[in-house]
Amino acid sequence: MIGAGEFWSLTLALGLGTFLIRFSFLGLLGGRQLPGWLLLHLKYVGVAVFPALIVPAVLWPAATGGETEAPRVIAALLAVAVGLRFGPVGAITAGLAALYTAQALL
Amino acid sequence: MPPPRHPFRAGFRDCLPFVLIVIPFSTLFGVVARDAGLDLVQVMSMSVIVIAGASQFTALALLQDGAPVFVALLAALAVNLRMAMYSAALVPHLGAAPLGARALAAYLMVDQSFAVAVRRYEESPEMTVSQKLRYYFGCMAVVCPIWYGCTLAGALMGQAIPASLSLDFAVPVCFIALLAPLLRSLPHLIAAFVSALVTVAFAWLPWNLGLPIAAIAAMIAGAQAELFLARRARAKAGCPA
Repeated sequence: MIGAGEFWSLTLALGLGTFLIRFSFLGLLGGRQLPGWLLLHLKYVGVAVFPALIVPAVLWPAATGGETEAPRVIAALLAVAVGLRFGPVGAITAGLAALYTAQALL
Repeated sequence: MPPPRHPFRAGFRDCLPFVLIVIPFSTLFGVVARDAGLDLVQVMSMSVIVIAGASQFTALALLQDGAPVFVALLAALAVNLRMAMYSAALVPHLGAAPLGARALAAYLMVDQSFAVAVRRYEESPEMTVSQKLRYYFGCMAVVCPIWYGCTLAGALMGQAIPASLSLDFAVPVCFIALLAPLLRSLPHLIAAFVSALVTVAFAWLPWNLGLPIAAIAAMIAGAQAELFLARRARAKAGCPA
């Protein structure tokens, strides 16, 4: 059970902190030009962050208590392959369909 | 690709596939939060004030484990640190917009709107700031109402959803769906591989610290690969065999 005081202090602080993170560069820098080397690195933010979120969630999911399960790994690999060829909808459909199929079979 | 004639509608349309992901993700948050003992007002307040699913799950899980508030807060903020990088990456596109619009864009900044919008901005570089802004809000017009609505639906349904559906898997699948379209050149592929490898190598670090390390290593790898390929192309063009 989570206490009301704990909950509200956490939620308000998290909301404020998250907004400040999101507003950081966009708010402070505004229309100023960023240096070339920084722009070069920023092109890779998406491909740099998403694998770091995907890999632990697939290999050590909280739902299985951190145990690696073959159906989840297979489904994730298939979602990447289908996503490369057919885009986001393909990745989502293939990933969830593969997970349910693999869970039923294995 | 030419700039879209109706940027808001184009953003709405391009973000529509992510409905498939946002629905289970936000519903799941509602279910989990009620399960943790929060009341309806608390669940909805958290989703509206924070709108960052991964950090909300992190904060709840830690509070439920009896962690002190500041530990739960720091862990949840660490999960959201990636958005500082999104914020920086949006400056070249939205930096010239009015302060109020930038503040609203910051509040609405989620993985989906960032990934879809930046991809479009790079494909249509001649879009104006106002077109880019409308496109961005078009993306969020899909994601935001569903995020609120399905959190509420999940909170109302509670335990009616069986765990055997493995709805939590919607989270990594969502990130895969965002990642796949971004892998469109060799440097992008190299960056993604470096990110995955460094994440595994540093998985033992506490507080999600592996994430920023992997992201920075991957950005350097992508940038260096791009520079290397450009140098090689120039060298080839310079001395024909």
